[in-house]
Amino acid sequence: MTTSSHSNYLNHSKGLWSWLSTLDHKRIGLMYLFTTLTFFLVGGIFALLIRLELFTPGQTIMDPNTYNRMFTYHGAIMVFLVIIPAIPGALGNFIMPIMLGAKDVAFPRLNLASYWIYVAGAVFATSALFLKGADTGWTFYTPYSIRTNSTVILVLTGAFIAGFSSILTGLNFIVTIHKLRAPGQSWSRLPLFVWALYATSIVQVLATPVLAITLLLLMMERLLGIGIFDPKLGGDPVLFQHFFWFYSHPAVYIMALPGFGIISEVIPVFSRKPIFGYKAIAYSSFGIALIAFIVWGHHMYVSGQSELANFVFSLLTMAVAVPTGIKVFSWVATMYRGQVRFEAPMLYALGFLELFTVGGLTGVFLATLAVDVHLTATYFVVAHFHYVMVGGTIMALLAGLHYWFPKMSGRMYPEKPAAIAFWFILVGFNVTFFPQFILGAQGMPRRYWGYLPEFTLLNQISTFGSWLLAVGFVYIAIYLWKAMRNGPVATANPWSGLTLEWQTSSPPPHDNFANTPVVTQWPYEYRVEKA
Amino acid sequence: MFFKEAHAAEMLVAGSEIAHSWDLLWNFLVWLSVFFFILVVGGMVYLAITYRAGSKHKPKYITGNHALEALWTAIPTILLLIIFAWGYALYGKMIHAPSDAMEVRVVAKQWLFQFQYPDTGRTTINEVYVPVNKPVKLVMSSEDVLHSFFIPNFRVKSDIVPGMYTSVWFEANVPGKHQVYCTEYCGTSHSQMMAQVIALSPEDFEAWKAGKKFDSVPRAGQTLAEAQAEAAKIALKQSAPMSLADQGKALTEAKGCIACHSADGSVKVGPSYKGLFGHEVELADGSKVTADENYLRESIENPNAKIVKGFQPVMPTFKGLITETELNAILAYIKSVK
Repeated sequence: MTTSSHSNYLNHSKGLWSWLSTLDHKRIGLMYLFTTLTFFLVGGIFALLIRLELFTPGQTIMDPNTYNRMFTYHGAIMVFLVIIPAIPGALGNFIMPIMLGAKDVAFPRLNLASYWIYVAGAVFATSALFLKGADTGWTFYTPYSIRTNSTVILVLTGAFIAGFSSILTGLNFIVTIHKLRAPGQSWSRLPLFVWALYATSIVQVLATPVLAITLLLLMMERLLGIGIFDPKLGGDPVLFQHFFWFYSHPAVYIMALPGFGIISEVIPVFSRKPIFGYKAIAYSSFGIALIAFIVWGHHMYVSGQSELANFVFSLLTMAVAVPTGIKVFSWVATMYRGQVRFEAPMLYALGFLELFTVGGLTGVFLATLAVDVHLTATYFVVAHFHYVMVGGTIMALLAGLHYWFPKMSGRMYPEKPAAIAFWFILVGFNVTFFPQFILGAQGMPRRYWGYLPEFTLLNQISTFGSWLLAVGFVYIAIYLWKAMRNGPVATANPWSGLTLEWQTSSPPPHDNFANTPVVTQWPYEYRVEKA
Repeated sequence: MFFKEAHAAEMLVAGSEIAHSWDLLWNFLVWLSVFFFILVVGGMVYLAITYRAGSKHKPKYITGNHALEALWTAIPTILLLIIFAWGYALYGKMIHAPSDAMEVRVVAKQWLFQFQYPDTGRTTINEVYVPVNKPVKLVMSSEDVLHSFFIPNFRVKSDIVPGMYTSVWFEANVPGKHQVYCTEYCGTSHSQMMAQVIALSPEDFEAWKAGKKFDSVPRAGQTLAEAQAEAAKIALKQSAPMSLADQGKALTEAKGCIACHSADGSVKVGPSYKGLFGHEVELADGSKVTADENYLRESIENPNAKIVKGFQPVMPTFKGLITETELNAILAYIKSVK
């Protein structure tokens, strides 16, 4: 991968086994990166097939049963195997211990176990693809998920197993952040990426067990007929939704918070300015994590839950917008009187701000009770969560991937192709998903294989956008692959960053630092003396 | 052609008072969002360009501003509370039906809606006839899995949950057909599980109750010109009378048959019509029967009497829901699909 002469984590030991059995957090991070990106490719192919089917109102390339499997795979793979593990597993594992000045995470062996548990979960979940598939949607709503004769049990088992990987990674990170900070690195000198991972880890540890219990109950319901969720046996199908969203709403923040952390690192570095409102950004991560646990019912305004519950959930959900707004305003304000440079990480951070703002604002529509009654379960919701999850998390992942690429590979990516790919993705994303807001407001329901003819034009625009997105992603894969093999050799600190990962060589040595670093200042102490 | 379709995509109408109130709140949120989008993204672009590296501005070391931070915490909080209260107030109106509302029972099953009128005992499938300017409450339950009843023109929706009753209510003030969708994923033919609310004038509604047919009610919200153009088209069609098979084809669409039975040989939940009539069919118990007229009639009126091999006994009975003349048309259609 690299030819640089100094001893580093990549040439520290050789052979496939030295990777598969590594205890080095950097290598584990890279393995997560390649595995999650592989699933991103798979999930992305399903997305393209879905959009292709929706190019015409009737059947385009597949029948409804195939289509129902496609959107189930797309959702389950992207949520459980890509967005949840990608940033913590790959970038968190690689960068966070170095940011702390540590040699590794607190429990390296557990870290490796997390990775392999994730792989085991992925194997179970994807094995369903080769059998009868799964057609429940990634939400597994009962009683359909009890009755369908697809192999939903394998997907449930996969998600159940992958959940343990998430719990153990969260635990590992919490202990690491508490115990392994470098001398002088007080909590108020902690980089915001670490703060964000800390908040994420707490949610992972506390919420994921609820998903495990829920999926286990659903498996027992299918196999043994225990009658918890099945109305035919006296069970309550809406109870499943409560259990499911009790995890899956916090999970939205497991997906989003690490991305916020990346943006908080990239914007100051490329603006040569201290982050605006460090404390507000750090605390708002915890504010969001806390509120995340008490807003699950906003997924269920029309599910038959009580008016009182809807009142409370709508009010609490509004509260999410406040800390989120604080973050967005602070990121924008950071650029004021800075010296803004437009390398790829910054382009993606700015793209993130555009898309995440749309995602956040449309979230207010859905939090509003009366408005949500019309919009829920339509394409408006599909557009909203893609703006948040792809526009937010995936844009942040791309920002982080370009930002830390020199550190991880020891080489520089090419700037011009990166800018071209960025514009394909930004434009492609908006062309794909903005029409879906209009489709939803006009009433087009989600998870529809066919639709009424009046929705044709907007669906075709959306499908066209998905091709632009695909071009962008393929282009990134090509230039990053080339750069990894023979790009120009990177210096230790190409962006002049102040966090600790830039104070060691690129790529870092096996033990990260020759000597334990001592932290003497805040990580955002950017002072530009000369204009 | 593109413009025509774009225009058609704006066919959502406000078909009730509540829909008008909803549109007001929606417009408020849209303009507020446009304002904040311009503030944030416009501000971002402005700052990024103004303070780009190499610009004349002198950089300054700033770590925060408490007054500004208090401001962008307080203003959104106040706005969000207003939005919440507005949304909750309207929601209250949306879910509490007036006590004098006309009640219709709805049974949802994979993949159709069945409507029962308490006063006349009449049952319809995928079409619910209601009078305009009178509140109507639909009390809904499900025979199998979750479904959802969504009428975009009235901005109302509720899930339909097996084992409990849920309801939606509306007071249509625009006559015509209002589209209904199932909006909770329910399996194979989820996207074909649709219905129509057919809002009639009070006189027409009484006439419908007395047995008069309203087969070609225009779509709600059509302008006078559009309705006349469509009426002219219908008149043209009527001058060349439809064959019995064509009438049957229209019926299989209206009654929801095509959700499960294809005409092109593709296997859905039930067997396809293609090449069915006059051919031998293997049943689940291994015996064979010829698909003649009496077999087809029995399969519609008492579907579980003979189950075709490889299929599940899931079809509901249509006995009493289809008239003799309609049955003749449907059989003629099935015969014609070779």
